[in-house]
Amino acid sequence: MFSIRNFNRSKPILFLLILFPSMIWAYQFIAGNLGVNPIERLMDEFGLMALRLIILTLMISTIANIRQLKSIVVFRRMIGLFAFYYVCLHFSTYIFLDHFFDIEFIIKDIIKRPFITFGFISFLCLIPLAFTSTNKMVKRLSYKLWKKIHYLIYPAAILSSFHFYVLVRADKTEPMIYMGIIVFLLFERIVKKFIFHRPLAR
Amino acid sequence: MKILSSEITPYKTYLNRRKFIKGSLASALLATVSTSAFANHDNNSSIYNKYLNESDKLNSYEEITTYNNFYEFGTHKKHPHLNSGNFKPRPWTIKIDGLVKKPQTYDLEKILSNVTIEDRVYRLRCVEAWSMVIPWQGFQLSELIKMAEPLSSAKYVQFVTVFRPEEMPGQQKRTIIWPYREGLRMDEAMNPLTILATGLYGHEIPNQNGAPIRLVVPWKYGFKSIKSIVEIRFLDKQPETSWETLAPWEYGFYANVNPNVDHPRWSQSTERRIGEFKRRNTLMFNGYEEEVAHLYKDLDLTKFY
Repeated sequence: MFSIRNFNRSKPILFLLILFPSMIWAYQFIAGNLGVNPIERLMDEFGLMALRLIILTLMISTIANIRQLKSIVVFRRMIGLFAFYYVCLHFSTYIFLDHFFDIEFIIKDIIKRPFITFGFISFLCLIPLAFTSTNKMVKRLSYKLWKKIHYLIYPAAILSSFHFYVLVRADKTEPMIYMGIIVFLLFERIVKKFIFHRPLAR
Repeated sequence: MKILSSEITPYKTYLNRRKFIKGSLASALLATVSTSAFANHDNNSSIYNKYLNESDKLNSYEEITTYNNFYEFGTHKKHPHLNSGNFKPRPWTIKIDGLVKKPQTYDLEKILSNVTIEDRVYRLRCVEAWSMVIPWQGFQLSELIKMAEPLSSAKYVQFVTVFRPEEMPGQQKRTIIWPYREGLRMDEAMNPLTILATGLYGHEIPNQNGAPIRLVVPWKYGFKSIKSIVEIRFLDKQPETSWETLAPWEYGFYANVNPNVDHPRWSQSTERRIGEFKRRNTLMFNGYEEEVAHLYKDLDLTKFY
């Protein structure tokens, strides 16, 4: 049941499932029923989705350590790329819709405001991951180097959850939950690698 | 792209519509529903035009009542609209105490029968860098202060929101320290722009907007305009206020709208007017500079933000 073949077969379904929300939000935005402050809403939805998908990729690696479930790792690349897709949508909403190409303002905003700096660095971290996501790239770079590059997912996850945490004004429960999950997943890896000296899931 | 809401009513159309309602059967119906809120209603609204700019268009009733920061009903903007159905704004009393001649508790009806309700169309600028234009009905806070007869030692006014966790689900969680508290300096409280609002768009003020009575201080960030007030206290010292207590490096006692002093986490130089696509430049004192700048001429606004 949990074979690579079955998982590969269900990929198109997962693809549509993750793509679907962005289509819905884009449609609602154009149709004008995304609430009273549609630009803010669009930015929030894209950003939150991106963060959830980043966390999901980390979870998949952890779950793949369970022998019976190790094939689940076949979903990881697609989910990771979708995380990048939603980050791009989130970032373009900020640039094009929220600030309407006011580049001078945006650069100042990125430098001056820690929470935007965190979000931006997280975005930068994800770029090399997306560009080295193909099998060809893994071969070209050697698996060792490729793996090193992909450790960037950790700063990306931490910074993006912090980006969300700082943004919230009073009730920090939701960002705390995401940060908790990330810390747990990181801790699990550290224990495994440095205490049990087991290689991490590939 | 339907960002510009077709429901946004130009101010003139709104006034004409109000005149029409006044002369029609609808007003009779409206009057029976909301007599108390509109006792002594002064319909001479033209004098408030001067507070608006030509580019200021009224936000729709829907926009004003579905996008609110009122953490007593939850922290999401749509929560107050969704979670305020069980709140009972009547009967209502306001306790007036502290440095006054005779501390006492007033029935809201009694207060309303002694004041003149006016139309006031104000810009509202939230500290989160969005804004609206809202047609309130209310009366000048100065009228109530005169009624309360504060002592000459009273230099500040403190306001307290009702605490009813069973009706206000947000209060069951300690997101901020309940009850919500705000304050003004006496001269700010006496300024003719400062009102206590009891109506919105000619209706009694909805629960999510601070029923049955709330403060509106249009040259300050929205969080100063405390909602559902049950207590007004006159003090000789600057009172603690909720947001300042929670994060003093981010929110000050004054909280005057100021495009030159940024919030540490975001710029205050521009704002998104709800219903508009491009951001606007934020105006000093939210565009009420002429009326209030003199109150702060000896104050360093970068320190007393």
